[in-house]
Amino acid sequence: MAAQGGRDVVPPTDRHKTIAEHILSRVSGRDVVAGDLVIVPLSRVMVHDSVIDAVIAGLRDLGKERVWDTSRVAVFVDHAAPAPTPVVADSHRVLREWVRAQGIQTFYDAGEGVCHQIMVEDGYCEPGTVIVGSDSHSNSYGAVGAFGAGMGATDIAVALALGRTWLRVPESIKVTFRGALRPGVTMKDAIMRVVREIGTDGARYACVEFHGVGTLPQGDRITLAGMTTEMGAKAGIVANAPEAPAWLRPDPGARYARAVEIDLGTLAPQIAIPPRVDQVSDVSDAAGIPVDVVFLGSCTNGRLVDMRQAAQVLRGRRIAPQVRLEVVPASRRQFEDAMADGTLGILSAAGAVIGSSGCGPCLGRTGGVLAGEEVCLSTANRNYRGRMGSPDASIYLGSPYVAAVAALTGMIDDPRPYLEAGDAEFEALVERRRAERGERGAASARSGDRARDLLVAVGERHAPEVRGMEVDD
Amino acid sequence: MARAWVFGDDLDTDQILPGRYAPFMVGQEKFAAYAFCDARPGFAKEVRPGDVLVGGENFGCGSSREYAVAALVKLGVGAVVAKSFARIFFRNCVNLGIPVVESADAIALVRDGDPVTLDAASGVLRTPQGDATIRPLAPFAREILEAGGVVAYLRTHGDFPPTD
Ligand code: SF4
Repeated sequence: MAAQGGRDVVPPTDRHKTIAEHILSRVSGRDVVAGDLVIVPLSRVMVHDSVIDAVIAGLRDLGKERVWDTSRVAVFVDHAAPAPTPVVADSHRVLREWVRAQGIQTFYDAGEGVCHQIMVEDGYCEPGTVIVGSDSHSNSYGAVGAFGAGMGATDIAVALALGRTWLRVPESIKVTFRGALRPGVTMKDAIMRVVREIGTDGARYACVEFHGVGTLPQGDRITLAGMTTEMGAKAGIVANAPEAPAWLRPDPGARYARAVEIDLGTLAPQIAIPPRVDQVSDVSDAAGIPVDVVFLGSCTNGRLVDMRQAAQVLRGRRIAPQVRLEVVPASRRQFEDAMADGTLGILSAAGAVIGSSGCGPCLGRTGGVLAGEEVCLSTANRNYRGRMGSPDASIYLGSPYVAAVAALTGMIDDPRPYLEAGDAEFEALVERRRAERGERGAASARSGDRARDLLVAVGERHAPEVRGMEVDD
Repeated sequence: MARAWVFGDDLDTDQILPGRYAPFMVGQEKFAAYAFCDARPGFAKEVRPGDVLVGGENFGCGSSREYAVAALVKLGVGAVVAKSFARIFFRNCVNLGIPVVESADAIALVRDGDPVTLDAASGVLRTPQGDATIRPLAPFAREILEAGGVVAYLRTHGDFPPTD
């Protein structure tokens, strides 16, 4: 397949290139390496509800009535959907009218799911091309070998008007996974381990290139590529994805800013301690922290496989009485698959609230936001102060297994003993944790203390004070 | 004459404009009045058109919110001079038409409140303590900035400036 808008012939070069350098050379028709400035054609532009007003205003300021190519624009209503307030509902109405007036066919309204999940699973991400989105997790498109980058409203308006954008070719960081995960450990744990290594700004403006995981299911690759945003990356690309063409691989001898290796075989389940995504520890260090709310969903972990992992723990059981469990499938397809195979039935019978597909409470705009002092275990990707509601709530990030055990026991715990236990042993483990947690309603006070202790143990990164990131999606 | 406002390293966009004062929270008319409201109370009232912000490393890090830069545009900030910039902040400044220049020595030379002049042609920031050297902007960014931002540039030229 020819790169959309690029040239079919890769310019000859003796420079050894990373995947990002290959893609940007190919689509720009120039021989470029990290540091060069390029203007690139876009194979698609993604826009979602939370910035639509600013994007429409930007197009108007540009004097452009129409987008450059209606067939290459994808629009989603997912961030505050279905509309939680009249103000948001008005904004959605404006968005729908705009989509209709423009004649944009690729439109997914409230309930269809998270933009990134649909972009990948419905095949809107052409490998080896550049896609920009109005959302910071547009890096997710690297799951299938596309160079996906998030941008602000003016950039998106320009992209919609011209079908092109300007970029500085990023340096790349090479992350290589070796070995195979042990039971109870997931690629969410693996990527949290990487964030622990690199930090929230360690990949600033770089492209994170993943090796050794091309054969993993698409969902795992979305988890990896999407969370490169949490390291400040411009893009994240999984090498050797089955969707990608043969040319989409780095040259031997390509130059990397940094190389990181992770041994999956010795990896334990991980946990990110509020309020930073890079304050990561083995989950056993956080065992015993009580939680009030568990959120299973988001573009990071809202797929069938994630819901199945939770169902594996919760089958035939009820969640702890003091805990609320919110399950939000990442897309209608994931929702329906989970319904068809009985997974949603198991989760509902366990006491879960099943939300309509979308971002749900991930960014605290709709669908079960957190109260002050509440403690949440979330399978999403951000735990900044105020991200899911009250700025006084705390958010721990973990895998679907960790989430399910937290919902069942009311506490954070290593899920592996539960997965290995026979029935009697399992019930004993749950009973012990529930007894420890006791009748206490809100989990908060004790958790706050534990979080502080843990921060000392994991080596706090900067001040644990990242304010205001909540409004970024 | 322009006045210098001096900040340190790692100034994040939340200090420039806290998320709770985003345009969609307080309205398009009001949000700029909250620029630096926590980090430098009084800034929005005292800043004069053309004033220069001077910072250290990684200026504008944190959230990518474009409206932090939009607030500086509304207040007429003339330029931002720092040792280094966070990428997206840099991009947003170019797009919205605020000159962003790197200078290794400005932060050491300039004192808060100094009268300063950015002389891009000679590649210096003039300060009472002497001239700080500024790194020349790439022609691509300079052309967009001279037009007043990417929207103004595209309205006139219909396309991006050449990159090479
Ligand atoms: S991170 Fe959360 S808010 Fe952002 S796109 Fe993914 S699910 Fe939606």
